[in-house]
Amino acid sequence: MYELTINGKKQQLDADGNMPLLWVLRDIVQLTGTKYGCGKSLCGACTVHLDGNPVRACILPLSAAAGKSVTTIEGLSEDGSHPVQKAWTELNVPQCGYCQAGQIMSAAALLENNAEPSDTDIDAAMAGNICRCGTYVRIRAAIKRAASIKQGGE
Amino acid sequence: MSGRYADEVFALLYPDAAAAQSMSPTPQPERPRLSRRSFLRIGAAAGGGMFVAVSLAGCKPKGPGVEGEGDDKEPDVPREPFEAGAYVTIMPDNTATITVAKSEMGQGVRTTLALIVAEELDLDWNQVTVAQAPLDNDKYGSQGTGGSASVRTGWVPLREASAKARAMLIAAAAAKLEVPAEQLTTEQSHVVHGESQKRLSYGSLTNEAAALAVPDKVELKSADQYTLLGKEHVGVDVADIITGKAVYGIDVRKPGMRFASIERSPVFGGKVKSFKPDAALAVAGVEKVVEVPAVGPDANVASGVAVIANSTWAAMQGRQKLEIEWDEGDHAAESSEDYATTMQLATSKAGEEKVNQLGDPDLVLAKARTAMRIRYDAPFIAHATMEPQNCTAEVTADGCVISGPLQTPGWVAQSVAKALSIAPEKVSIELSLIGGGFGRRLNPDVAVEAALVAKQVDGPVQVLWTREDDMQHDFYRPAATHVIEASLSPDGAPEAWRHRMSTPAIRKTISPDATDVGLRESNGASDMLYRVPHRSCEYTHLPSGVTRGWWRAVHTTHTTFAVESFIDELAEKAGQDPFKYRLNLIDELQVDRPEQNPEFPWDPIRLRGVLELAATKAGWGQELPAGHGVGIACGIDHLSYGAEVIEVSVEDGVLRIHKVVCAVDCGPVLNPNGARAQLEGGIIQGLSAALGEKITIAAGRVEQSNFDNYALLRINQAPAVIETHFAPTDAHPTGLGEPSVPPVAAALANAIYAATGQRPRSLPIQI
Repeated sequence: MYELTINGKKQQLDADGNMPLLWVLRDIVQLTGTKYGCGKSLCGACTVHLDGNPVRACILPLSAAAGKSVTTIEGLSEDGSHPVQKAWTELNVPQCGYCQAGQIMSAAALLENNAEPSDTDIDAAMAGNICRCGTYVRIRAAIKRAASIKQGGE
Repeated sequence: MSGRYADEVFALLYPDAAAAQSMSPTPQPERPRLSRRSFLRIGAAAGGGMFVAVSLAGCKPKGPGVEGEGDDKEPDVPREPFEAGAYVTIMPDNTATITVAKSEMGQGVRTTLALIVAEELDLDWNQVTVAQAPLDNDKYGSQGTGGSASVRTGWVPLREASAKARAMLIAAAAAKLEVPAEQLTTEQSHVVHGESQKRLSYGSLTNEAAALAVPDKVELKSADQYTLLGKEHVGVDVADIITGKAVYGIDVRKPGMRFASIERSPVFGGKVKSFKPDAALAVAGVEKVVEVPAVGPDANVASGVAVIANSTWAAMQGRQKLEIEWDEGDHAAESSEDYATTMQLATSKAGEEKVNQLGDPDLVLAKARTAMRIRYDAPFIAHATMEPQNCTAEVTADGCVISGPLQTPGWVAQSVAKALSIAPEKVSIELSLIGGGFGRRLNPDVAVEAALVAKQVDGPVQVLWTREDDMQHDFYRPAATHVIEASLSPDGAPEAWRHRMSTPAIRKTISPDATDVGLRESNGASDMLYRVPHRSCEYTHLPSGVTRGWWRAVHTTHTTFAVESFIDELAEKAGQDPFKYRLNLIDELQVDRPEQNPEFPWDPIRLRGVLELAATKAGWGQELPAGHGVGIACGIDHLSYGAEVIEVSVEDGVLRIHKVVCAVDCGPVLNPNGARAQLEGGIIQGLSAALGEKITIAAGRVEQSNFDNYALLRINQAPAVIETHFAPTDAHPTGLGEPSVPPVAAALANAIYAATGQRPRSLPIQI
């Protein structure tokens, strides 16, 4: 039995401790916003926050998340009002959208540590997140816009 | 043979063909695409509303108020492909639901088709909900999505149906207000009488309007009357996507659903000889192990063994414990090296098929004092959609329910029915959002495989492919070898041009006995638009066990690389600027073009237009920073015209893409924000393929497995700037999902040559 906090809610989970957090979230907790892309921490589609830090849920065993706090795309904000979500909407970033939960979680974590990231900072922080539809140029612009929204800019 | 639904896919993907080469015994009748009548029904909806149903020629709508009944005389005629079906319901509370019968995979079809309907009906966009249609041919007509065709085929029927419904709402309001209809206008889901300032909501008119006769003829809005089209809009699914609520195939959840993972034959065409399930069954959560039979070219399902469990993870763990003995079949000795040797040999002599010829290039080349002869190569590439293949299926005594990310629900229903030996009507299909298509999900294999697993399981089961499964059991963009030879006349223009190419043909994956495949395979080469008095294109098929399929923009991804690289090399040989050299060679058509779509004949002037637009916007000819180089390329794809200028530098072996300027002529741009996104995405995907993507075959199997050995472009490699420009034109709208892809590889290679003096002739480009 493992206990962890998911999107602010304490959960008791009776599951194999080796099961990656990704499948715990998707198949047991029924939070399907976090996506499977590669299973090897190569594409970033499964990015969630563990105690505030971005991690790849596809390789993080449940046992390693025990006692910690997990935030998924469903818990980033209640209503899509996180600055990154707002900026993503404003710039119409998503195409198919499948990778975007991971992109948004990586971007939100970046902005927690770097209030005004440059293109180079953005490229470094986001290089682990693949988008096959090719939204990269909009992602760069949206992260800058989110930084501005976060600082109270409109 | 795969029948009419596979025909639909072919017709969809080759819109420049006047009539698709039918793969079924019944030839497809030629019917004009724009003048064909679509079926329109307008009537009362449950709950007191009014519905407007637009479905397609060739299907059999039922009920009163049906137009176009002439087509009912030929119920067995294959359906015309890929019309944009839609179904609008206006409710008494003045809300409207537009049900889009196309699949959304990021191309924005749900947004754009809904905007077309809302514009012509003058609906309040804020009161519109977009819903997804399940498979229902009778209601929506053909529902396959692809070939950059949805807007092109939906443009006229959707507007006409919407305008007729609007006219009926006006007529109902005229009766109610006792004023002439001519005095009424519409805006924001209301009929307005300007003189009396009276406003009636559509919702208050639905019953009366639905009872009226459908008018024969209505006038469509002109572009200057648009309030929605041509304006900026955020995609209708964005709110759900950014909050994790959007439901893709992998997110389908059914009561009692099980999860399956399948070990498939690692060799193309191999079969399970025997397997031991015991160790897999011993894994906690694993409930069942079943064999998945191979299905032939109708669906191309690989032979395998499925592990069914109570979670995805348990199924994957159990699968690793499977002990399977394989019969490797006929293709176990094939390799990329052998393919390359065979294709090089094939292109060193006359091809199996002469696709077309003008003049006598063989004679001119034989007599030429100097001729250029250059080879260009491209590898197999994978779709690598971010959402790996998956499908959820349940088989009961009543039939089969399929839920998943599918581009061709009609073909899926037919193939599933055949695999399960049940009637196609017993297969129902629910469509989820699609986490990337790019052509991969045109094939019905994933759904058929899921149905074959579900048949052996009680209750619904979701088959999820791992990334490795997805990478190794794709339908790959064919590898290709091109050899082009040319001689120049004294003014530097090409006098003779002989293009010999070889690929493993896509069509033979589905129809192994197909002949005359060269025309399709050489799309972008045999029909290139440069003026050459003596020219020919020859094609030789490469037999291969590798399954091949349509990859965004399909053949033009490699043919345009060859043609647009070669034309650059000729320009250099002629001592001319590559942009001006191209312009000078684009005028009237000088070669037989048997596959032209009569309604969309290729227009060289439009190709010139985008070349000039891209060059102008990119400042072609201006001085560049030291070490920078620019390249240009153009092409036609899915009836739209595209040109790109790319600026790069290479420093210490590191390539930097500073800027991509793209110009496209696709007719009027209906949803500009989404349109720009399609061009941006196509450019990134084109760069990804040009720089990193390569599938190789050894011992009959794919060597790559995941993103560590199949490199997709990442954000740190993406261009600093992508600029997109649309040529102003009032042509009929044509495809936008693909036309920005073909010029990318050649423009990039030409830019790298300009910057470094090294000319890449083989994809992916090695710096």
